[in-house]
Amino acid sequence: MTEDSKTYAYFLGCITPNRFPGIEASTKKILKGFEIETKEMVGASCCPAPGVFGSFDMHTWLPIAARNLAIAEEMDLDIVVSCNGCYGSLQEADHLLKEHPKLREETNEILGKFGREFKGTTTVSHIIVVLHDVIGLDRIKEQIKKPMNDVNVAVHYGCHFLKPREVRGHGSSETPYILEDLMKVTGAKIPEYKDKLMCCGAGGGNRTADSVQSLEWMRQKLVSAIESGCDCMVHPCAFCHLQLDRGQTEMEQAFGIFFNFPILFATQFMGLALGLSQEEVGLDKQTTTIPEKILK
Amino acid sequence: MGTLYEDIVARGGEVFGEEHMETLRECVQCGKCTGSCPSGRNTALRTRTLFQMALVDLREEIFNSPELWFCTTCYTCYERCPKGVKTTDIIRTIRNLAAREGHMSVPHRMIGVYVLKTGHAVPIGPDQMKLREAVGLESQPPTTQKHKDQLEQVQTIFRETGYDAMIDFNWDAMTLKGMEKKGGKK
Ligand code: SF4
Ligand code: SF4
Repeated sequence: MTEDSKTYAYFLGCITPNRFPGIEASTKKILKGFEIETKEMVGASCCPAPGVFGSFDMHTWLPIAARNLAIAEEMDLDIVVSCNGCYGSLQEADHLLKEHPKLREETNEILGKFGREFKGTTTVSHIIVVLHDVIGLDRIKEQIKKPMNDVNVAVHYGCHFLKPREVRGHGSSETPYILEDLMKVTGAKIPEYKDKLMCCGAGGGNRTADSVQSLEWMRQKLVSAIESGCDCMVHPCAFCHLQLDRGQTEMEQAFGIFFNFPILFATQFMGLALGLSQEEVGLDKQTTTIPEKILK
Repeated sequence: MGTLYEDIVARGGEVFGEEHMETLRECVQCGKCTGSCPSGRNTALRTRTLFQMALVDLREEIFNSPELWFCTTCYTCYERCPKGVKTTDIIRTIRNLAAREGHMSVPHRMIGVYVLKTGHAVPIGPDQMKLREAVGLESQPPTTQKHKDQLEQVQTIFRETGYDAMIDFNWDAMTLKGMEKKGGKK
């Protein structure tokens, strides 16, 4: 990625555009506000989900991911994503194809059937990395319109943003800092909580394999955040959003309790702090309700 | 077909490199993976046991255990293993082998159906199009679900790798074989 690169190919994936468009809208609006352009990737597909398709057939997972990478290469742009699944998939595929020439050859044989090729000329970034490293904390701080001083945020990373660290490169997965830094510039407090580093329970086909067990896993995580006095959970993953937000309705059906614990994607929370309305970031149309304290 | 260990190294090796997969041999059965596993907190998945079973070639036992599918690929054990065993990639490879040998549940096979039909594991419907409009976006993103010629490329990949046959896909009905009429659950 070049230093002055100000345009990204925005890889949408499935859940961002097809379930929680507020994540897409808030991402685009924030980037635009900081003069970063996003371009649509025409013909992009499912990333495909790394723990799901990667579990069923790596040999199918890889060319589908490579095809998505090739679309961005044809646009001559680096990729930005708003889901850990997409990040995990595309970055891992990019890494593997750049490391293993034979694998690249085999993959390109398949992509060649429809005239595409993986060349290795793009990189895969995540929206919270763009916020943290490209825009920078200082510039964000200057633009905060609604400080979140009295809000206690439970930070949830999900899994594939940090791990495996040898591919992701964001330092230790046990002591992460990027989301914390971003929350701090809004003025929010970030209490520690017991299950902070725990997975949401949905990945790897687990949600499909046994939904009640997967919800119980999530329930434990939410309880630990609530017990630590957190007002909401902020995370960087559209797939976690599906589990953590929509999953609270399913939890009600399965266990008869509705937590209504507010779940916000990082750019939704940041969008509010930067002065966007709850309607503009799509928070009025999800399962959990956002309290006045956060909306103000 | 070799031993399960040999098959893991061969199959996973094609993607990750054989050295990556051979780390399985380094497992000293310390149990740190099991102790780290958020799934094992709630399920019968015992990560250490899984690797022991793989090393002593209990192929059918592993392939038939529901716990194999309770790993979310969270990579906690991968990060913490003191011997550098590439745990999560080994688990994914065992699942790949199990899937190729017919051990794949109907709901898991259905995910492939959605991608074959739309290019998305989670496709869009009319209600979600309204949600998009409400936040000022085009009603449908310009992805494979909108562009059929692009979707055909994804379908070509499935044919090339034999994923369609693996899940028993009926191209005429665009669903799993045996579900042609209901097109839904078992
Ligand atoms: S942590 Fe590593 S060495 Fe220890 S049992 Fe698990 S895989 Fe084996
Ligand atoms: S990657 Fe799977 S086996 Fe390892 S800790 Fe996570 S859920 Fe458990």
